[in-house]
Amino acid sequence: MRPGWLDRIWPLLPVLAALAFTSVLLLLFKASPVVAFSAMLEGAFGSSERILNVIAFWIPLLLCAAGLLITFQAGLWNIGIEGQIILGSIGATWVALSLELAAPLQITLEILAAMAGGALWAGIAGWLKTRGGVHEIFGGLALNNLAIILTNYLISGPWQPPEGGSFRGTVPFGEHALLPLFDGSRFSPLALILAGTAFSIVMIALRNSTWGLKLKALGRNSRSAFLLGVSSNREAVLAMMFCGALAGLGGAVRVLSWFDSLRQSISGGIGYLALLVVMLAAYRVLWVPFVAFFFSAVLNGAIVLQLRTQLHSSLGDILTGVMVLFVLLLGDPIRLRGLRRAKDDG
Amino acid sequence: MDNGQLIAVLASILLQASPLIIAVCGETLTERAGIVNLSLDGTMLLSAMTGFVAAHLTDNLMLGFAAGAAVGAFFALIVAFSSIQLKQSQVATGFVLTLLGDSLSAFLGQEYTRLPGPSVPHFAIPILKDIPILGPIIFNQDGLVYFAILLIFATSWWLFRSRPGLELRSAGERPEAAFARGVNVRRLRYLYTVIGGALVGIAGAAYSLDVKIGWSEGHTRGLGWIALAIVIFGGWSPVRGAIGALLFGATKAAATVLQRAFPEVSVVAFNALPWLLMIGVLLLVSNKIVGRLLVNAPPALKRPLQRMLQVAPPAALGTELKNE
Amino acid sequence: MRVELQNIRKHFGEVRANDDISLIFEPGKIYGLLGENGAGKSTLMKILSGFQKPDGGKIILDGKARRFDSPADALAAGVGMLYQEPLDMPPFLVLENYLLGQRRGFAVNARQAAKDLRELGKKYGFDIQPEEHIRDLSLGERQQLELLRLLAGGAQLLILDEPTTGISTEQKVLLFDSMRKLAKDEGKTLILVSHKLDEVQDLCSQVFVLRKGKLVGEAKLPCPNELLVNLMFEKLPPRRERASREQKQVALELKDAVVATPRLELQPLNLTVYAGEVFGLAGLEGSGQEILLKACAGLLPIRSGSMQLGHQPLDQLDYHAARAGGISYMAAGRVEEGLVAGLTLTEHMALVDQEAGFFVDWAGSRARTKERVQHFQVVGTSESTVEQLSGGNQQRFLFAMLPSSLKLILLEHPTRGLDIRSTDWIWQQLDERRKDGTAILFISADLDEVVERSDRIAVFSGGRMSRVVDAAKTNAEELGHLIGGEQ
Ligand SMILES: Nc1ncnc2c1ncn2[C@@H]1O[C@H](COP(=O)(O)OP(=O)(O)OP(=O)(O)O)[C@@H](O)[C@H]1O
Ligand SMILES: [Mg+2]
Repeated sequence: MRPGWLDRIWPLLPVLAALAFTSVLLLLFKASPVVAFSAMLEGAFGSSERILNVIAFWIPLLLCAAGLLITFQAGLWNIGIEGQIILGSIGATWVALSLELAAPLQITLEILAAMAGGALWAGIAGWLKTRGGVHEIFGGLALNNLAIILTNYLISGPWQPPEGGSFRGTVPFGEHALLPLFDGSRFSPLALILAGTAFSIVMIALRNSTWGLKLKALGRNSRSAFLLGVSSNREAVLAMMFCGALAGLGGAVRVLSWFDSLRQSISGGIGYLALLVVMLAAYRVLWVPFVAFFFSAVLNGAIVLQLRTQLHSSLGDILTGVMVLFVLLLGDPIRLRGLRRAKDDG
Repeated sequence: MDNGQLIAVLASILLQASPLIIAVCGETLTERAGIVNLSLDGTMLLSAMTGFVAAHLTDNLMLGFAAGAAVGAFFALIVAFSSIQLKQSQVATGFVLTLLGDSLSAFLGQEYTRLPGPSVPHFAIPILKDIPILGPIIFNQDGLVYFAILLIFATSWWLFRSRPGLELRSAGERPEAAFARGVNVRRLRYLYTVIGGALVGIAGAAYSLDVKIGWSEGHTRGLGWIALAIVIFGGWSPVRGAIGALLFGATKAAATVLQRAFPEVSVVAFNALPWLLMIGVLLLVSNKIVGRLLVNAPPALKRPLQRMLQVAPPAALGTELKNE
Repeated sequence: MRVELQNIRKHFGEVRANDDISLIFEPGKIYGLLGENGAGKSTLMKILSGFQKPDGGKIILDGKARRFDSPADALAAGVGMLYQEPLDMPPFLVLENYLLGQRRGFAVNARQAAKDLRELGKKYGFDIQPEEHIRDLSLGERQQLELLRLLAGGAQLLILDEPTTGISTEQKVLLFDSMRKLAKDEGKTLILVSHKLDEVQDLCSQVFVLRKGKLVGEAKLPCPNELLVNLMFEKLPPRRERASREQKQVALELKDAVVATPRLELQPLNLTVYAGEVFGLAGLEGSGQEILLKACAGLLPIRSGSMQLGHQPLDQLDYHAARAGGISYMAAGRVEEGLVAGLTLTEHMALVDQEAGFFVDWAGSRARTKERVQHFQVVGTSESTVEQLSGGNQQRFLFAMLPSSLKLILLEHPTRGLDIRSTDWIWQQLDERRKDGTAILFISADLDEVVERSDRIAVFSGGRMSRVVDAAKTNAEELGHLIGGEQ
């Protein structure tokens, strides 16, 4: 038997292993891990502006992860969440470019359009799965790529800025169309309130609502759930659309506060990152905000690292990815113990 | 278009499809044994990068392919270990590796983008290349294409005609029954996951060393997913999968031709084609659609329709062996 | 081969599936192994055949202690087991299925192997077609193949776990004949695990009885059935006579209804089921009776013709509307189709709560679960997950979840795999329902059960429904002929 203290620090092992792995990579490129990690740390928390950046990046990530908790509960792999963020951005941009209203009304409409856009894209993936028998991973993936292509088309076509054909983005939106920002940063308190509300709703839905229970049954055994009276197709599509709406809201936050216009690669990989967040949190609701915050810090740190050392910013993605991988491989001492027992037997 | 041009187009389709065929054969082997290696997209990116860098540094083509294969085998080994030994979700591990392969290839390959390197030499097979029509299409190619073609028949024979193939399929269909007959399901699953992964790695290297020579970030992005979809479309059969890969190549070639013919249509429409196609073919072979078709089809058409469209995954795909 | 089991122990958590069991099987004889559900019969046989490892104890074959790492190991030592659901490869060809696991040669010599297989079949009176797909065979034929495979593998001891569920009368006769032949002419040892006492009496010369993981008795056969029942159950409630049907109100009516799946299209159906009636459907699995049941449940569309529940047309009904309209459907697979593994009993109750609002009423659901668990004598608590329940208790819990007033209950194999006590209990529950005017339409592979429990019966064969026969005026033999396709 393993002594108790080892069990207690066990969850740290994947984190340490991931840090060790990235250190080796840094050494390969003749960069000092100490310098690099402290640059990242400073990049994330070095100034109040940077901390606000981390929070601003955290908000859409949290929204997406909250939505994914719902789809995972229903046993669905919503890989299409990237595309849902993008469609949210497109929805918000559409309202921002085509209407001129008073700020509160304008922003409300933008957000609603964004949520509708995300829900639509998710709904298509759900419909392909339930009606067409196309696994949501493949449907979602194709829709992600189609969403990227659609963005490129829009910003190089109909929504191209007047000054010319760059592939970069639309014109910046007017002040009234953007979310009110905190002290010149990219952080919008309104977005934080929205994300907090969304997360609470998800938490309640999962714990105490009939819908959450239905999704749980659906995720474990869709056939039995159907026979017990759950309209499995409808609930699956609804779960997808719910997640899509939150992802769309995240997309709105991206265009209306992080940026000020629709850009290429607007989602910034937040959708995939959110999938990693939920996996690292091992589908435990309360862990999700913390893990998401941590990931946000890592990625923001990596951007500063790139500016400092010219090292590719994908180091941040590597660090998060490796961490989740090590959690899958090492995170559960019980499984590993089972492994050892199997070896003793053989 | 005259005959000569047509033959050139067909030959180029075959060349373009070759890496995809190799990856599809590899993943078909893996899935037939009951494991989904979802990491194909990341695996191919990382092996394309590694393969190119290894060949570039050593100036040795074979080492490039070997490095690609090693990367593929290693990623596959992780998938196999986590699912067979730790009973983790194969989708979860595969997905993480997909992302990781992508970001690792970007990071590790950052100093090797857009550099020259060795590439697979052209090699026409004497005598065979002179067969009318087929000769110039199939036998006036390079070694990679021949490898891909041989691989189709080799995997197909192995799966459906050999005794080890029988055991391989049994591990994917009903591992408990296979176990009861003395098949070492776990070992087989390890073996074919790793072999399949190595083939996927070779496919990745084939892009950077032959089809789209060189390395840049995101070099093969998306193709791994296409390969996974083709495995389904191919009904987990190498021959059908190869046909799928060729059809995919043909559609892309057709898109290029059309794009030239209709320059006023936005390039976007053509970029969207592979993904629309992916959804389309998966719909076509899905049980829901095929079932509906079959019930309503005239009796004479039922059999051929069923044979053509109905595909069934290995029954135990993605599940673990329960022997206690 | 003389087989001796010494002090076999196997625990699953708290459950002592096998608790210090010692037994001896002599060559040339057929043994019966009896016991209620969960007594530990299958566990003991799986240990003997190498599918599971014992926690303690010894297996001694002809005086030599053996340890098996796998079923293949056991077969090499001469022990073969036939499972109730044959452990074969449905998508494979008969020939491939036969070849799998035989270690000889790299490439397959299909022609020679096919010839061998056919000849082996002939020897035991089985007609084998090597080029067919396993999935197209009947359960009985698949069983024959498994038997041949074990014999070809050199089995000296053959274990058959509930082999007669779901096979035709002819196949059963054929099976029993070959079993007798194997014991008498070839000196093999056979063990029959079964809940059907008549079969055991007919075939075996000696029985062992297990209860709660312990060996509680043995008997030389033939002996009175009561003696066996008393050994198996500590006490058995007396069977109640069931009342005959009185009402003449139509509950379900089908007129020229056509139902089809991609595999099978039923001949147009005409059928009337009355309120309070028990209507039995017999037939080999896959002959169309399941399709009829699914159509009545709203799981398959009716393509032409009509269906009525009382006076209400049901043609375009979907499953959930049918449920709301008072039709309940219970599928054969309890944990696959009916219960959700991982969910507790309380969660199940909350899920089927028809008055549920947006929020789950956890307290109310828990109270209701406790009350039902007690009333339906489910061994388990409100916080047990369903996969922790034994098969009989899972079936009880499914009944506990049924709404209180129903017009029609559709049942697929309601008592499959259950022992006499649970079977009786289930039919008592159904009898209670009948009194309230609920009609019951059920499928069973057990012809005796169909004859005994139904008011009227129809038999399916190859997608066609026979004439309807009165249960009081028929017997299992007549049904057997109807199953064979006679009119
Ligand atoms: N794999 C397992 N995990 C946990 N418990 C098990 C397992 N297999 C059997 N059991 C438990 O062990 C006990 C004996 O089961 P077993 O299947 O041997 O009974 P049985 O006599 O064959 O019953 P039946 O007549 O229903 O087939 C039961 O309580 C069962 O729930
Ligand atoms: Mg049993």
